[in-house]
Amino acid sequence: MSEREEPRVGVYVCHCGTNIAGVVDVEEVAKAAQALPGVVVAKHTMYACSEATQREIINDVQQEKLNRVVVAACSPKMHEPTFRAALERAGLNKYLFEMANIREQDSWVHKDGHKATEKAKDLVRMAVARARLLRAYEERELPVGERVLVVGGGIAGIQAALDLADSGYKVFLVEKEPFIGGHMAQLDKTFPTLDCSTCILAPKMAEVARHKNITLLTNAEVTEVTGFVGNFKVKVRQKARFVTSECTACNECVPVCPVAVPDEFNMGLGLRKAIYKSLPQAVPAEYAIDIENCLNKPNLLVCEKCLEACSPKAIDFEQPREKELELAVDTVIIAIGADPYDPSKGQDYGYGKYENVITTIDFERIIAPTGPTNGKLLRPSDLGKPQRIAFIQCVGSRIANPELVGNPYCSGICCMVSIKQALLIREKLPEAEITIYYIDIRAKGKGFEEMYRRARLAGIRFIKGLPAEVLENDDGSLTLVGENILLGELYEHRHDLVILSVGLEARKESEKVQKLLGVARSSDGFFAEKHPKLEPVDTATTGIFLAGAAESPKDIRESSTQAKAAASRAARLMKEGKIRIEALTAEVREEMCVACGICESVCPFNAIHVDGTSKVTEAACQGCGVCAASCPVGAITMHNFTDEQILAQVEAALAERPEEKAIVFTCNWCSYAGADMAGTSRLEYDPSVRLIRLMCSGRLNPKFVLRAFELGAAGVLVTGCHPGECHYQSGNYRALSRFQLLQGLLRSLGIAEERFGLEWVSAAEGERFSQVVNAFADRLRRLRAAPEEQEMVEVH
Amino acid sequence: MKVLYYPGCSLKTVAESFERSAKLAMAALGVELVELERWNCCGTVSALTTDDLMHQLAPIRNLIRVQEAGEERLVTLCAMCYNTLKRADLWVAQHPEELAKINAFLDEEPDYRGKVRVLHLLELLRDELGFATVKERVVRPLTGLRVIPYYGCLLLRPREVGLDSAENPRILEDLIVALGAEPVDTPYKTQCCGSYHTTTHKEIVAKRAHAILSSAREHGGEVLISSCPLCSFNLDNRQRLVRELYDGFAPVPVLYFTELLGLALGLDPQAWISEQHYVDPRPLLEEHQLLKR
Amino acid sequence: MLELSSKELQRAVEELSGQKVFACYQCGKCSASCPFAAEMDLTPRQVLEYIMDGRVEVLNSNTIWICASCFSCMARCPNGIDISKVMEALRQLLLRSGRDQLDLLKIPEADLKEIPQIAFIAGARKLIG
Repeated sequence: MSEREEPRVGVYVCHCGTNIAGVVDVEEVAKAAQALPGVVVAKHTMYACSEATQREIINDVQQEKLNRVVVAACSPKMHEPTFRAALERAGLNKYLFEMANIREQDSWVHKDGHKATEKAKDLVRMAVARARLLRAYEERELPVGERVLVVGGGIAGIQAALDLADSGYKVFLVEKEPFIGGHMAQLDKTFPTLDCSTCILAPKMAEVARHKNITLLTNAEVTEVTGFVGNFKVKVRQKARFVTSECTACNECVPVCPVAVPDEFNMGLGLRKAIYKSLPQAVPAEYAIDIENCLNKPNLLVCEKCLEACSPKAIDFEQPREKELELAVDTVIIAIGADPYDPSKGQDYGYGKYENVITTIDFERIIAPTGPTNGKLLRPSDLGKPQRIAFIQCVGSRIANPELVGNPYCSGICCMVSIKQALLIREKLPEAEITIYYIDIRAKGKGFEEMYRRARLAGIRFIKGLPAEVLENDDGSLTLVGENILLGELYEHRHDLVILSVGLEARKESEKVQKLLGVARSSDGFFAEKHPKLEPVDTATTGIFLAGAAESPKDIRESSTQAKAAASRAARLMKEGKIRIEALTAEVREEMCVACGICESVCPFNAIHVDGTSKVTEAACQGCGVCAASCPVGAITMHNFTDEQILAQVEAALAERPEEKAIVFTCNWCSYAGADMAGTSRLEYDPSVRLIRLMCSGRLNPKFVLRAFELGAAGVLVTGCHPGECHYQSGNYRALSRFQLLQGLLRSLGIAEERFGLEWVSAAEGERFSQVVNAFADRLRRLRAAPEEQEMVEVH
Repeated sequence: MKVLYYPGCSLKTVAESFERSAKLAMAALGVELVELERWNCCGTVSALTTDDLMHQLAPIRNLIRVQEAGEERLVTLCAMCYNTLKRADLWVAQHPEELAKINAFLDEEPDYRGKVRVLHLLELLRDELGFATVKERVVRPLTGLRVIPYYGCLLLRPREVGLDSAENPRILEDLIVALGAEPVDTPYKTQCCGSYHTTTHKEIVAKRAHAILSSAREHGGEVLISSCPLCSFNLDNRQRLVRELYDGFAPVPVLYFTELLGLALGLDPQAWISEQHYVDPRPLLEEHQLLKR
Repeated sequence: MLELSSKELQRAVEELSGQKVFACYQCGKCSASCPFAAEMDLTPRQVLEYIMDGRVEVLNSNTIWICASCFSCMARCPNGIDISKVMEALRQLLLRSGRDQLDLLKIPEADLKEIPQIAFIAGARKLIG
C-alpha cells in the first residue's frame, strides 16, 4: 500500500455481549464513526473477535478496498494479535490496525451511559485519527545461532548448561571462582529428603567437565557484552590457575605449601593452602593456586615447594596472570545466584563478635564431612560439644524498617534450612536440646510440612517470639533474651551454640552484571523477569534469560526447575534459527540529524550511535522512544508511535469541549495495564479522562503536552512505571526530569501547575490507577470552580 | 578555639562536677566553652505526639538564642539536653509548616531559620579535635584503670540523633583507650537507667542500677562513666537503695566522662569532685595514683 | 476508662502517634528489648496486639506509665514502628482527659534537693496532662 493512498478506514464497534453494549450505546458510536473523515465502513457487531466478524472484516477490506481497520472493543492487550492476524489474512499489513479500548477503559469503569457513550465516541475518533496516519512496516528477521553463554556455575548454571549441551547447543559456562558448584557444594544435606548434597551434585559437575558441548571457563568473569540476540559479543577475563591439565589431583603439593589462609569455602572457619581445591570432588579436578596469597609473584619465584612435590610437573608459574577471551554467542543465561545475608552488617545478635554465634551457612560447613571439623558437630570457641543449640529465624529478613540493615522480603528457604539442620543435629547428638525461635514457619513445598512435623515429633522445640539480643557468658555460652509470645512471658535462655537463620540477597556483583547486560533489576536487587506470572524466566531483553536465585531467593529444587525452564526458552529461540523483531524501532532522518549525540547518551540499550549521523542498530532497539523524545531537532521517528500519530490522538480527543477533558499519557507496560486492571476490577473512576498509550513514559515529547494545553485541555496527566521498575530501565526517570522542566515552562505560560501531573502506577495497581485519576479530576474540578483563586496563585 | 555551649539546669545544681570538669579539661585542650546567653530549659524530653507543638517551643527558643549569637553550632554536655535540642531541630527541618506555626507563635522572637547544628561534646572530641590529638595531650595515662562506658539511651536513640551505632557504639571506648585506660564491655551499656522513675518508683530504678552495675562488676569494671546527670544520679546515688535491697552488692563509683578526661590531662580532680558523688571515687583514684599531681 | 469505641481508640492512637500500628507482625523484639518489661502487666508487644484487637482496656494497663521512652523497642522494631510514640499516644489520651499520674507537691523535700531537676520535668511531662 502506498503512503500517499487516501485512507479508507473500516470501524467495527463491539457489543461484547452486554459487557460494552450494556453501558455504551454502540449503535450511536458506530453512527458517529461513520461521519469521521476517511471512514468508509462503520458497523457494530455482537462479538468483534468471533470468526464471523473477522471474516466480515476481511471481506470488507477486499470489497470496500479498506486500507485501515479500527476495532472498538476490549484492550489491545487482549485481542490486538487476533485482529492483526485477520488483517494479514486479508492481505493488509498488520500495522495498519488500531484498537479503541471501550471496554476495560470505558464500559467497565463508568456507570453513566451517556458519559460512557461520549467517551467511546472520543476514543473511536482518536483511533481513527491515528489510523489515518498508520504506516505499513515489515518485521525484520534476525538469524539466531546455537551458542549460549551461561554466567555462573552454581546448580542453576550447571543444570541449564547440561540441558542445552545435551540438546546439541554449544555452551560457554563462565564461573568466577576456580571451582564450580556454588552454594550447593557447601551444603551437607538437602531438604526435605536429606540426601547428601555433594553426592547428587558431584556427578553433574563431572558431566559439565567432560561434556563435549560445554566449554568451562573457571576463574573467569564477563567484562563486556555488546550486541543483541543472535549476535552477542562477550569479553571474558580469565585469571590464571597456574596448574595445567597435567594435574592428576594427587594432593602431593598441598602438604608442602607453607601458606595457610582462611578458607572462604568453609566460611573462614578453617584454613586452606595457597594451592588448594574446595572439595575432594571439586570440578575442575585440577588444583588451583591463589596467587594473591602465594609467596611467588609474577617473574619472582621465591618458593618452589609445590613445584618440587609435583611429579607430573603440572605447575606452571609462567602462565600469563590473566587473559582476555572473546566469545560470540546467540543467547545468554544469567545464573549468578545469590549471597547469604551477612549478619555482621547489621550487627545482628553479636555475629562477628561472639564466636559461638554462627549462621546457617557456617553451620553447613561445620556439619559437612568435607568441612573443617570433618563433620563433627563442635562449637567454634572451644571445639566443645554443644548441648543446647538455638536457631533464630528471620535474621536480616522481613525488615521493613529502613533504619535497620536487612531485607524487607521473606527468602522462603530459611525455615526449612533450620528444620533440616535441627534434624541433622538430632541424628548426631540425640540428647541435645534444640530450640528454633521463630515468628512464622513457612513450609510450603513438596514434603516440607511433613518434615516440619517430623522435627516437632523429634522433640525440637519451637518457640514463637524472636530474641531481641544475645548476651555472651563467661563460659562462651549465650543467653537469648526474648518473649515467648504465645505465653506472653519473657525468657532468658542459655544456649551453647546459636545459629542465625539467614536469608538470601542479591549478589554483590548484580549491579555490575546488570550494567553489562542491560537488563533490569527489581527493587529488592534481584534480576527482574519479563512478567512475574507468564514470563518468569525471560528478561525484557530478547535472548537473555534468568536461572536460579539470581531472580529471587530459591532452594535447589526451584533453582533447577527455573534453570531447566530458562534452558528450554533459550533453546526455543535457537532451534527456530531466527527471530522476528516487532517493527517498533527508531528511525533517524539523517538529513535532519545534527549528530549531537544526545540520543546515544540516553539510549538504555546501546542501540543508537553517532557515526557521521546517528544510526540505529535495529536489532538492539527496543522501541521505547526515549531518543525520539530527546532529539532536539525532531530527527527521530518512532515506528508505529510517530509524533504525528500521537498529536492526532491529542487533537481528536480535544475536538469537543476540551475544557472538560484531561489527557492521560500511559506507558504500555505498567500504567496502561494498570488502567486495564482497574477495568477488569470494575473500579469506577471519573469519565473525563482520555488515555493515550505510549510505549514508555520516556517517549513523552513536551510538544504533546503543550499541544494539549494549547487546545484547551483541562489537564494533562503523565503516568508510568514506578521508579526502578521501568520496562526500559530508566525511561520513567526521563519522564520525571522532563515533567519537572515542563512545569517551569507551563508556569511561565500562565498555566496553573495543578493542571499538569505525574504519577507512577504499576500493572497490578488498578485501584491506584482509579484513585490517581479521581484525585486528578477532583483537582481540575476545584480549579475550574475557583478560577479567581487560581489566578491569585499565579500572581504570587 | 571558642565553642558555644549549652549547660542546662542540672549542670548548675546537682551536676556541677560535670560542668567544672568539662570546662577545665577542654581548656587544657585549648577549647574555651562559652556559655550560651539567656538559655532556658531544653524541654528535657521530646514531644512524641504529632500534634504537640507546645513542647517544641523550649528547645527552639534555645536554638534562636544560638542564631542571635551569630553561631551555627551548639555543644551540649547533658545527654538529655543533647537529644531534646537535636531532635527538635530535626523535627522542624522535616516539618516546615509546623516551624512556620512555631515562628508565628513566638512572635516576640526572630524566626528560627533552621541553621543550627547541635553537637555533643563527645562528637567535638571525636570529629573535630580527634581522639589521636587527645591522646597526644594525655600527661597521666590512666593505665590499668578498667572503665565501664555507659551510654544509656539518649546519646544513641533514636538513630537519627544518635552520635554512634545504636547497637554497637564505640565512641566512649575509643575515648577510654585514648586516655590510656581499659574499656570494659557489658551488655547493659545502652540500656535505660530508669530515668524519671527515680522520683516516684525508686525501686524500679534501683533494680536497673543493680543490673547495670553488677554486670559491670562481673566484667571487671572499676568505675563507670556517664554523660547524663540523671543517669549518673540513678546509677550513683541510688546505690544507697541498691545496697539495702541486694545483699553483697559492691559499690561502683560513677564519674562523668569529662572527669576521666581531666584526670588523664593531669588536672587536679579536687578542682571539681564534690560531695555530690554518693560513692566516693577518691579511694579508687588514690589506688591508681591519680590524685597526686 | 475513657468512653471510646475500638475504632476510635485505633484512630486516636494512629493519629497521635503517627505510627502504623497495624504493620506489627508480633515478633516480640520490643518486649525483649524493653528493660522494664518485667514490671509491666502487658508486654509492649501485647499493647500493640490489644490496640489491633480494639481493646480499650489497654488504657488500664500499667505498661503505658512504666514505659520511660528509652527508645530501645523502636531501635529494633523490624517494621519501623516507633512504639515509644504509641505509648505516648495512649498516655496522652488519658492525660488530656485529666487523669494525672503524678503530684509534684507530694514529693519529699529531701528528694527535691537531691534529684536532678530534669527528672521532675521529665516526669511531669510524661505523667501530668
